[in-house]
Amino acid sequence: MKRKSRFARSQRMTIASGILFIVVIIIILQLWLFTATMNAYLGGDTAILWPAAIASLVCLGLNGGLLWYLYGLEK
Amino acid sequence: MDEEFEQLTVPPDGRSPAEQPRWRQDFPIDWPQDEYLSRREFIKFLLLTSAAFSAGQLWFLVANFLRQREAAATAQVIARVDDVPVGGSLIFKYPAEDSPARLLVRVDENNFVAYEQQCTHLTCPVIPHVDVGELHCPCHEGVFDLLTGRPLAGPPRRPLALVTLEIREGNVVATGIEKRTV
Repeated sequence: MKRKSRFARSQRMTIASGILFIVVIIIILQLWLFTATMNAYLGGDTAILWPAAIASLVCLGLNGGLLWYLYGLEK
Repeated sequence: MDEEFEQLTVPPDGRSPAEQPRWRQDFPIDWPQDEYLSRREFIKFLLLTSAAFSAGQLWFLVANFLRQREAAATAQVIARVDDVPVGGSLIFKYPAEDSPARLLVRVDENNFVAYEQQCTHLTCPVIPHVDVGELHCPCHEGVFDLLTGRPLAGPPRRPLALVTLEIREGNVVATGIEKRTV
């Protein structure tokens, strides 16, 4: 028997819209980080490479976590 | 909102399913659920975009590792001082024969400057205009300062990579390459 979600469908829709908004913001941040890192790399500034890579992976983890949370709402 | 209602198709006109035309009763589309799934799938697609950016960041690390493994630039004679007249220029390869082209310019009797010849915008070759003290990129009208290599106008934002020079016994000697962000 299918278990009922703890949120109504309209609530899940609102949550999905909110998560979509946050994910878009994070991706814009990643885009900025990528272009800034490329500029630094091409200019020979390598000190920023590791922190930028870690920050980008953290952003990826956040996005993955939000999607995982969204799928969790449907169970 | 009870579970029974949640399972029902919600017609776009808001009327009950029994009041809908026959074709819609036969082929109902659950629009709220459709919109929800569209958003969820779009978020999934954005996750791939996010992963692509992260992969790009990791690629910079790999590229940097490979660049560090390359042999360091050593001192090399480029030309004799007398070979280049004042206001003249010379294209050379440094530090290896397969390296990108570099540009040596004699700005006055005693001073030379050398830069990577590729524009920092889209790698078009820059052309020296010694009379106005500029390096000009004809592709997108980029302009660099001849004495510093820094961008003055046009789309380039980074300075040209500098080739450090020394004058030894009448020879112009390249001693290294200095990439710069500002």
